[in-house]
Amino acid sequence: MKITRTKSFRTFIDPVWGENPINIQMLGICSALAVTVQMKTAMVMGLSMTFVVSFSNLIISLMRNAIPRNIRIIVELAVIATLVILTDEFLRAYYYDISKQLSVFVGLIITNCIVLGRAEAFALSNPPHLAFIDGLGNGAGYGLVLITVSFIREFLGSGNLFGVRIIPEAFYAAGYEDMGFMLLAPAAFIIIGLLIWLQKSVIED
Amino acid sequence: MENLINIFLDSVFVGNILLAYFLGMCSFVAVSKNINTATGLGFAVIFVLTITAPVNWLIYSYLLSPGALKWAGFPEIDLSYMKFIMFIAVIAAIVQALEILIDRFSAALYAGLGVFLPLIAVNCAILGTSLFMVERNYTFVESVVFGFGSGVGWMLAIVSMAAIRMKLRYADLPKGLEGYGITMIVTGLMAMAFMLFSGITM
Repeated sequence: MKITRTKSFRTFIDPVWGENPINIQMLGICSALAVTVQMKTAMVMGLSMTFVVSFSNLIISLMRNAIPRNIRIIVELAVIATLVILTDEFLRAYYYDISKQLSVFVGLIITNCIVLGRAEAFALSNPPHLAFIDGLGNGAGYGLVLITVSFIREFLGSGNLFGVRIIPEAFYAAGYEDMGFMLLAPAAFIIIGLLIWLQKSVIED
Repeated sequence: MENLINIFLDSVFVGNILLAYFLGMCSFVAVSKNINTATGLGFAVIFVLTITAPVNWLIYSYLLSPGALKWAGFPEIDLSYMKFIMFIAVIAAIVQALEILIDRFSAALYAGLGVFLPLIAVNCAILGTSLFMVERNYTFVESVVFGFGSGVGWMLAIVSMAAIRMKLRYADLPKGLEGYGITMIVTGLMAMAFMLFSGITM
């Protein structure tokens, strides 16, 4: 059996592309756009998200037969909030500058629809290993969109990638100017809109 | 007073919680299809924000912030890392109470808001407002004004969006751009318009 046909592989790859949480399902955009001015913050955000969603899926899936139905939301929120606190404290201890730049947005992973959505829709009805892979896939799909958006914004907006200057000084001398608009909030909305258009057109073909 | 007016205007226009900080996008996109539901949800968000921001301020200042437990005899305890879980619990409880009240007093609104009311609990705008309030060291009165202003800003955005989407129904859009794609682009244009307020100071 080819690896692309196994259930685990499908579980991973669907949310990365065809069922992408941001572009197709429109979940979790809340925190996605504010951190995309620089690639560095976008990547840290993507990794934090992957960590939280995969482990919350794993833990909730392990407990799925023990959670009473009526109080499941609060149990899920408690698991997610604990993971987010871990992530936040870790970033604050080891990467203080990035944690300052991400400001409240790491905390907002708690209310990110992706995490609770996957817990409700997938982890509650699937075995732990599949739930974990599903979490990894969703985190990767989310991170991919973040990195694409931040690539466009940082490259056009300040001529940098990961804080390193990419566009040579000669260009600026010749009259090239950075597009300051890319660094402002509206640019993120418009780029996401165009990406959704692109991805939907490609999928339909 | 001037300071309070400034915080209010800033949270409604320049620092609009949705258009400048992208918070509350999920329900914004899902509910802005219908202007009546959008108005209802807008009022619900204003109401919840005006209550949760000061309540969370009290909890943070008297229980969680570094040295807050001095009144109980523990001056060296710092529980501020607990703020995420405490805030979300407070918000969930208040939303639950609101749901019961609306169900009791306005069946029409309850039917309209339907599944979206519980979603307010996980609306990033609500938690985001509380977290911004802590980050910006607001006082109690400022937190009330900030909560109310953020709610008004969010409602303004979602109601205008619902109105625009009503007009968009008759627009001939390329396939693939319909629905979410065009919603995001229009939101971007709206965000640009709101940024023009940034020159205003009192």
